[in-house]
Amino acid sequence: MRPLVAVQFQEISLRQVIIIGSGPAGYTAAIYAARANLAPLLIASSVEAGGELMKTTEVENFPGFPNGVMGPELMMNMQEQAEKFGTEIVLDDVVSVELLGDVKRVTLGNGEVHEALTVIYATGSAYRKLGVEGESRLSGYGVSWCATCDGFFFRQKTIAVVGGGDSAMEEATFLTKFADKVYVIHRSANLRASKIMQDRARANPKIEFLLHKTVTEVVGSDLVTGVVLQDTVDGSTSELELSGVFIAIGNDPRTHLVHGQVDLTAEGTIAVDGRSSRTSLPGVFAAGDVLDVTYRQAVTAAASGTVAALDVEHYLASLPAPSLAALSA
Amino acid sequence: MSKAMDVTDASFEAEVLNSEKTILVDFWAEWCGPCRAVSPILDQIAAEHAENITIVKLNVDDNPQTAMKYQITSIPMMKVFKGGEVVKSILGAKPKGAIELELADFIN
Repeated sequence: MRPLVAVQFQEISLRQVIIIGSGPAGYTAAIYAARANLAPLLIASSVEAGGELMKTTEVENFPGFPNGVMGPELMMNMQEQAEKFGTEIVLDDVVSVELLGDVKRVTLGNGEVHEALTVIYATGSAYRKLGVEGESRLSGYGVSWCATCDGFFFRQKTIAVVGGGDSAMEEATFLTKFADKVYVIHRSANLRASKIMQDRARANPKIEFLLHKTVTEVVGSDLVTGVVLQDTVDGSTSELELSGVFIAIGNDPRTHLVHGQVDLTAEGTIAVDGRSSRTSLPGVFAAGDVLDVTYRQAVTAAASGTVAALDVEHYLASLPAPSLAALSA
Repeated sequence: MSKAMDVTDASFEAEVLNSEKTILVDFWAEWCGPCRAVSPILDQIAAEHAENITIVKLNVDDNPQTAMKYQITSIPMMKVFKGGEVVKSILGAKPKGAIELELADFIN
């Protein structure tokens, strides 16, 4: 696998487009914008470059890969493809954005300020927490959000995955490589996970489903020793002994940088106009999981990145000549 | 490839516990994406603060005894050792500034 290499920053007064985010949405937007000669600058993050897929293993549902592809490899390929057409990639974190004016300003962790006529906001989503006693305190000490990172440490242990979606099924199945026993804890009997993922988990003799249960506390002093479960039907509580608990209950759109600047939906995603990527602010576009809590697939995020790049292209073409003249000033 | 020295179950006592210096041990593994992301950041910090802190790496796959002794259940986990004792634990890949802030007592 090719390592990520920081691209030397070049001083350019005003860019056409800055892309914030380096998941499938950000990189696909970059591929399209670069091929449209918009010379995009992509802010990839210092430690999360490549996004959520960097923490996955085999991706079996991305079209064009009949034998599957490793998540990190897919993202390295997208990065390479974006760079090939002239995307400039910076491995740093955005600390603030000013989106209200005609010129958008993006400030990075290293203090650099970049300016552009448009911004594509593709920051994805962050793991949702259970919000129960013990969860934060024991995070990294038996509480985990990343099975591929931490599963190794639970060899021959009894552990649980909380959640009922595809990620929960994938994590549970993956964790049986290490653990002797994996409980899947879900608040109802209706799992959101696709049938193939559910069937795979149900067929695994090491996995046991505990349905109609919620975790109300993670127990342990230095390391996790168990969880307190509450039955969602009769309200009764019980304690389950565990060495680890993996939380996969969904994600929340990462919008904190744009609060108070662009409109959000009731679900907390960035509001866009119809099927477009246009936010409430002219020149600001959004793509990927930051506007989608429903589908959240690599391929839907990539499609969304395409929409954003095409909308940017269209928007730039519609600007009066003086704005564009500033680019060559 | 990281420039940090590798320590092992066999060398841990001599290189880390008995060291006169402040040592940061980066517990990592080949299969851990966030570990690969944080590695170059640790290299930078090591280069910029070489007088105050030495950064070494311990591969948890190859060195299970030490990983178990320090109850590692999540990586990347960075532990700062002084006089044979853990004086600071930093969990997870974080931006350089955030790690420097956590290491403020040792690198300034």
